[in-house]
Amino acid sequence: MKDHPFHDVAIAGIHNTRQARVLEGHNGSSIAMEAALGAIADAGLTPRDIDGVIGGGGATDFVYQHRIGPVWRSMSGAGIPAVLEAASAIAAGFARTVLIAAGSAGTYTERAATAPWTRPANEFVVGFGMFTAAEFALIARRHMEVYGTTAESLATVAATIRNNGHVNPEAIYFGRGPFTPQDILDSRMIADPFHLLDCSMTSEGGCALVLTRADIARDLAQPPVYVLGGSTDHYGPAYQNPPSFDLDGRGDPRLVNGWVGRAAARTAFSMCGLRPSDVDVCEFYDPFSFEIIRQFEAFGFCGEGEGGAFVLDGTIEVGGRYPVTTDGGLMSFSHAGAQAQMLQRPIRGAQQMRGECPTRQVEGAAVALCSGGGAGALFTDVLLLGKERP
Amino acid sequence: MTLLVPQSGAIPHPHPTALSQPFWNGLSRGELLFQRCDVCAGATHTPALVCAHCGARQLQWAPSTGRGSVYSWTIVWRPQTPAFTVPYVPIIVDLEEGWQMLSNLVGCAHDAVHVGQAVEVEFHPLTADITLPYFRPR
Ligand SMILES: [Zn+2]
Repeated sequence: MKDHPFHDVAIAGIHNTRQARVLEGHNGSSIAMEAALGAIADAGLTPRDIDGVIGGGGATDFVYQHRIGPVWRSMSGAGIPAVLEAASAIAAGFARTVLIAAGSAGTYTERAATAPWTRPANEFVVGFGMFTAAEFALIARRHMEVYGTTAESLATVAATIRNNGHVNPEAIYFGRGPFTPQDILDSRMIADPFHLLDCSMTSEGGCALVLTRADIARDLAQPPVYVLGGSTDHYGPAYQNPPSFDLDGRGDPRLVNGWVGRAAARTAFSMCGLRPSDVDVCEFYDPFSFEIIRQFEAFGFCGEGEGGAFVLDGTIEVGGRYPVTTDGGLMSFSHAGAQAQMLQRPIRGAQQMRGECPTRQVEGAAVALCSGGGAGALFTDVLLLGKERP
Repeated sequence: MTLLVPQSGAIPHPHPTALSQPFWNGLSRGELLFQRCDVCAGATHTPALVCAHCGARQLQWAPSTGRGSVYSWTIVWRPQTPAFTVPYVPIIVDLEEGWQMLSNLVGCAHDAVHVGQAVEVEFHPLTADITLPYFRPR
């Protein structure tokens, strides 16, 4: 598709640093630097080749310390929006080669409380003991009530993703399994319906990607991975207002907050003329088990209310039709801080497209759908990656 | 079974803004307020500058009956901070006037909570300036 906006763009480098519950001796900037250098080396580039950056302190420190200014810089955060913005900046000619880097370490020290980025201080939630798990639980419970979705379906999702991490030597919870759905249900309750093992972990680490022009990427170290489409859906600030499944979406019942990501997925698919049945790998963001069920419905893989049954029969395991979150995700691979972890799905999606995953590689995978966010946080990002140039 | 009661520990306090101050003032007087639109009569919460339904800027503070039903719920066993006693039960309440708010359920067993449960507001002063609106079965 010559007229595709990202026809001339490719992901050329990716890197996850070592991930751990605690990374001694690091802070956010130092681990972001490791991630950046890793992604640049992976691509076969040098820091001087970077002429655009996206990210917070880690990215700007990188520019200064390597004296690579002047560069194009975006103030946007990390995650899928950053990947889409980097692709757009390259397509528009603002930069040739863009680094996205983020890292988190040394921020979660008060372990008696939930992680600092999960504890909103907003006046309408703070007195009621809200935190991320409770916000997402209110979404999940409503779906269970309306559609009869069961705790067993949630547990099946968690067991599947945790088992992907169990076999992944780079996952923080490598070797912790295998898990059955009953193991998930037997773990202690955190915020009903979420048991401990329905929830993501907290950890530290750095993640980075390098995007460049397709004609440059062709001669670099790795097979190029292409951005087929994507978009983002937002319904307002996270963790301030009631996380209602039925929060109005422009008067359209198919676009209420419970289906956040549906409009973004439509845009992503229409950009490249694909549909859900063309997707080989579902690198879905997994803050809580239910969120995977919701995303299969929102993105159009199954009907509304059908997600609970959809995940039960092996469909979401590697070897099934729609393997999900193949490195172990936020539950088992890593969940570093507020920003770095938002890059993990695009990185894993790119690994799948390159065919290089040491564990849980989906044979012949050519299209990956990556996501970020969730209905409990009133936003969802969607990114379609491909092996073939759009 | 645990009887749900208002939190009594040193939980974090809400910090009102100029926009939300009337809401908190109402709670201190024992009134649950929402914003009613002069143009379309729709209800808006959390406090806003424009109507959630029609965008009009003509919003007036109005008292709610404080009656509603549970729209969704969770039972928290791992507290946000140790200041919170578990279990506690965050709920989203559908108020009679057609708006939703977040609160905690009190006055019943933790496992009695259910979607559709009829509830009414109950006021608990936290400080001289801040009163929290909880909900109990009715
Ligand atoms: Zn109005």
